Amino acid sequence: MVQAFHLIVARDPALFEIVVLSLRVSGTALLFSTLIGIPLGAALGLSRFVGRRLVIALLYTGMGFPPVVVGLFVYLMLSRSGPLGQLNWPVIPSLFTPTAMVVAQCIISFPLVAGFTMAAVMGVEPQLRQQVQALGATRWQATLTILAEARIGVIVSVIAGFGSIISEVGAVMMVGGNIEHSTRMLTTAIVLETSKGNFDLAMAIGVILLGLSFLANVVMLYLQGRTFEE
Amino acid sequence: MSEFIYRLHNVTKKYEGRRVLQVDHLKIHRGEVFALVGPSGAGKSTLLRLLNFLEPPASGRIRFLDIEFSADQPMPLAYRRRVTTVFQRPILLNRNVWANVNYGLQLRGQRNSARRIEMALEQVGLMALARQRARTLSGGEAQRVALARAMVLQPDVLLLDEPTANLDPYNVGLIEDIVRALNRERGTTLVLVTHNVFQAKRLAHRVALMLEGQIVEVADVEAFFEFPSDPRTAAFVRGEMVY
Repeated sequence: MVQAFHLIVARDPALFEIVVLSLRVSGTALLFSTLIGIPLGAALGLSRFVGRRLVIALLYTGMGFPPVVVGLFVYLMLSRSGPLGQLNWPVIPSLFTPTAMVVAQCIISFPLVAGFTMAAVMGVEPQLRQQVQALGATRWQATLTILAEARIGVIVSVIAGFGSIISEVGAVMMVGGNIEHSTRMLTTAIVLETSKGNFDLAMAIGVILLGLSFLANVVMLYLQGRTFEE
Repeated sequence: MSEFIYRLHNVTKKYEGRRVLQVDHLKIHRGEVFALVGPSGAGKSTLLRLLNFLEPPASGRIRFLDIEFSADQPMPLAYRRRVTTVFQRPILLNRNVWANVNYGLQLRGQRNSARRIEMALEQVGLMALARQRARTLSGGEAQRVALARAMVLQPDVLLLDEPTANLDPYNVGLIEDIVRALNRERGTTLVLVTHNVFQAKRLAHRVALMLEGQIVEVADVEAFFEFPSDPRTAAFVRGEMVY
């Protein structure tokens, strides 16, 4: 704890770089997961279509995906001999880059965001949709209203998505490679320092990781609290 | 009262292949209070959903003002917004009373409507509760908020689906007074669904009896209650089982 405090106070540049990269990668992944997951969850919760059950089953499977398996999948896809890697298109990220880590984290977190959003939306009174349409809402306005009514659950879905990636190590280790000044994240740094026997430093980084996770959750809970008090 | 606001022609509705509604002809005058009475499951609420264009008919046509609504012809939004419904069990948004009343205006992009919202809340006697969370209200208060959020939109037609079921006599009287005033002062067409024949008698200009998805009889309120032409209407008015 003392060492963690010293590292933070001293604004150790190496540590600062790792913290910024971790937040950048997980934050970007969470942004994309939210942009994909909330509309998908809302669509699954509100509409009925052929194959819906299959999509939900796949989503539930995705919610329990081991990150290391996701890492392996992304690794195989993006490696030079992989189906995407060999295309050599500029939009497809290379392995061992922060963008590759964002892709892996996105795959880990979006099923959680979508799954919890779907559950939250399905928990809203079913008659609400018809009643707001009777007040003049279009389909789109009715969907937004239902999402707003389910906002507590939607915020929880984002918290769950963030929690699943900020503390994740397997996937980012595989597709990022834990390269110093490039793809070293808080979690992969902990693994490295532990393997080197630097338990104090590993613990210090662990405390910082916990602190960041705690801080993010406090912000989310503050937002959740505000919705209660509106 | 000669102008028709609704004209229904051979309208049917089916759920899972089962026909639940068949209305051969029905006309509703602009500015009248039209009551649909009948036992539970007679198709009254289904008909109301069709009149609010929330669901399309399986077949037939509903003419609203100068435009038609059918299975393959949806009602344009601008027309749909001229009609609204107060439901038996209103679901209020998890916001305060003011925000609930403002909701429909927000959907229409109407800002600076504070005076209209105030007037609607004053009409239903809930101005003092404007900042209270809607979900903490009693059943009667919640129904009055539902009425206020519909009235504030100044619709041409207000559909009322058992608006006073399960309410105490005080709230029943209050809501009946409000809708009566709405019809008299603004000329709003009211279509009231109720299984309470006494309420229909108190409020309506014309009454229709529905049984098993069909309209048995439509008549002016006096004729309906004093000289019913169909024996099933006579039995229903007397409070006898007709279903």
